[in-house]
Amino acid sequence: MSFRMPNGSEVEDRPTRRDFFKSGAAFATMTLAPGVTLMAFGGSATAAVDAGKRWGLLIDTSKCAEDCDACVTACKTENGWEGHGEAERDVQWIRKVTLRNKATGHESSMPVMCQHCESPPCVDVCPTGASFKRDDGIVLVDKHTCIGCRYCMMACPFKARSFVHEPVTNQKTHAPRGQGTVEGCTLCVHRVDAGGIPACVEACSATGNGAMVFGDLLDPSSEIAQRLAEFPSVALRPDLDLNPGVRYAEI
Amino acid sequence: MKLARIFLALCLFFSAGALSAADGVGPDIPQATGEPHPEGNDYMRRWHMEMLKHDRDLTMYLGIRPTDSSLAECFECHTVKDEAGVPVTVADERHFCRACHDYAAVRVDCFDCHRSTPADFDEPAPHAMILRGPRFRSWGAGDADVLLAYLSQAMTEPN
Ligand code: HEC
Ligand code: HEC
Ligand code: HEC
Repeated sequence: MSFRMPNGSEVEDRPTRRDFFKSGAAFATMTLAPGVTLMAFGGSATAAVDAGKRWGLLIDTSKCAEDCDACVTACKTENGWEGHGEAERDVQWIRKVTLRNKATGHESSMPVMCQHCESPPCVDVCPTGASFKRDDGIVLVDKHTCIGCRYCMMACPFKARSFVHEPVTNQKTHAPRGQGTVEGCTLCVHRVDAGGIPACVEACSATGNGAMVFGDLLDPSSEIAQRLAEFPSVALRPDLDLNPGVRYAEI
Repeated sequence: MKLARIFLALCLFFSAGALSAADGVGPDIPQATGEPHPEGNDYMRRWHMEMLKHDRDLTMYLGIRPTDSSLAECFECHTVKDEAGVPVTVADERHFCRACHDYAAVRVDCFDCHRSTPADFDEPAPHAMILRGPRFRSWGAGDADVLLAYLSQAMTEPN
C-alpha cells in the first residue's frame, strides 16, 4: 500500500514492530538485508483514516449553558494549550461565543472551533500544503511543513486557527505544539483514531448538558446523522458554501 | 573547515560501528531499557531519522499510530535520569537524542513541539525557564532564583 502526500512525495506503508515479532519470516528477512528493503515491505498496518467516513459535530445550543465552559477546559487539558492573559494573541482551539439576535434580543451560547469544512479556505490558501484535510474530513495542520505564514488564519471565516507566539514546554505527548506554527482544533484526532470521541464532547456530556454529539455524518445509523435528518440545523456562515462538518441546532 | 570537521566526525562515527566511548571513539550512548530493535543497532544509528520521518507521515495523513518509529514512544525505552531520578529533557546534554547529535553537530527541531520525556509527569522548571528566556513576560515569583541556581550549577559542571 502506498499513499501520496499533498506535497507530492510517496509514502510506503510498512509493517509495525509488533508484526515483526509476530512473524519470524519477516524478521529473518529484516536481519538478512538490513537497510535495503525495509521501507518497501507490504504493510499490514491499517490506516485509521477511512475515506468512507466524515467526522462531524452537532451542537445543540438550547442545551449549551451560558456560564458553562467545560468543553473549553477539557480541550485545554487534553491538548495542553493555555492563554497568557493576552486576548489578542492567545491561542484558542475552541471558545464560547454568545450570539444575540438584534431584533428580538434572543441570546444563544455555543462553542465555536474549527468547523472542519468540506471545502476549507485554509487549505486553499496554504502555500506549503501544511494545511490539509484528511480523507475522513478532519482538517489539520501538518506542523512539520507549516512555516507560520498565517494565511490560513486570515482565510478562516470562523477565526478557528491560532498562531503560537511563545516557546512551549511540557507538551502532552499526543499533542505536540510549538512556537512559530499555526494550530487549531484537531477533533482530537489521536482519540478518534483510537476509536474514541473528542475531549470536549466527553466533557459536555459529563456535565449533563449533552449539547454536543460527535459521529460519522455519512453513516445513516449514527446518532448524529439521525438527529441531523430529523431536526433542523444550520451551518455557520451558510452563505460561504463551505459545507462544514460542525452543525448547530436551535441557534 | 567546519564542514570538513563534521564530515570527519561522521566518518569516524559511522566507521566506529561497534566501537563505543569505552574505546575513546564515538559518543557515549545512554543505555536503553526494553526490547532492542529488530532492525539492529547499526541500522537504527543510520536510519532512525528516515524511519521517524516516514512514520510521521503515516500518522499525520493516515492516522496510523502504532508505528515502529513513533517519536512519542522512543522515550519509553530511551530515558536518561538525572541524579534525582527524574528523566532529563533535551535541554540536558545527557539526553539520549543529544548523545550522538552533539557529537556529530546535528541539530533537530523536533523538541520545539514534541515532548522529550515520557508522558505524564511535569517536566522540571529549569528546562521551561531556559526555553522561555528572560524576555518572555510571564515570569512568576521565584523564577529568577530557579534559573540562577540552574545556571550556576550548569556552569560549574565540567564539560
Ligand atoms: C511545529 C511542531 C512540530 C515539530 C517541530 C515537529 N513535530 Fe512531529 N508532530 C507534530 C504534530 C502536531 C504531530 C501530530 C500528532 C498527532 O496527530 O497525534 C506530530 C507527529 C509526529 C509523529 C507521529 C506521532 C509520533 O509521536 O510518532 C512523528 C514520528 C513525528 N512527528 C516526528 C517528528 C520529528 C522526527 C521531528 C523533528 C525532525 C518533528 N516531528 C518535529 C508537531 C511537530
Ligand atoms: C521497546 C523499547 C525501545 C523503543 C520504543 C525504542 N528503542 Fe531504541 N533501542 C532500544 C534498545 C534496547 C536498544 C539497544 C541498546 C543497546 O544495545 O545498548 C536501542 C538502540 C537504539 C539505537 C542505537 C543505539 C546505539 O547504541 O548505537 C538508536 C539510534 C535507537 N535505539 C533509536 C530509537 C528511536 C529513534 C526510537 C523511537 C522512534 C527508539 N529507539 C525507540 C529500545 C527501544
Ligand atoms: C547513535 C547515535 C544517535 C542517536 C542516539 C540519535 N541520533 Fe539522530 N542522528 C544521528 C546522526 C549521526 C545524524 C546525522 C546523520 C546525517 O547527517 O546523515 C542524525 C540525524 C537525525 C535526524 C535528521 C536531522 C536532519 O537535519 O536531517 C533526526 C530527525 C534525528 N536524528 C532524530 C533523532 C531522535 C529523535 C533521537 C532520539 C530519540 C536521535 N536522533 C538519537 C545519530 C543519532
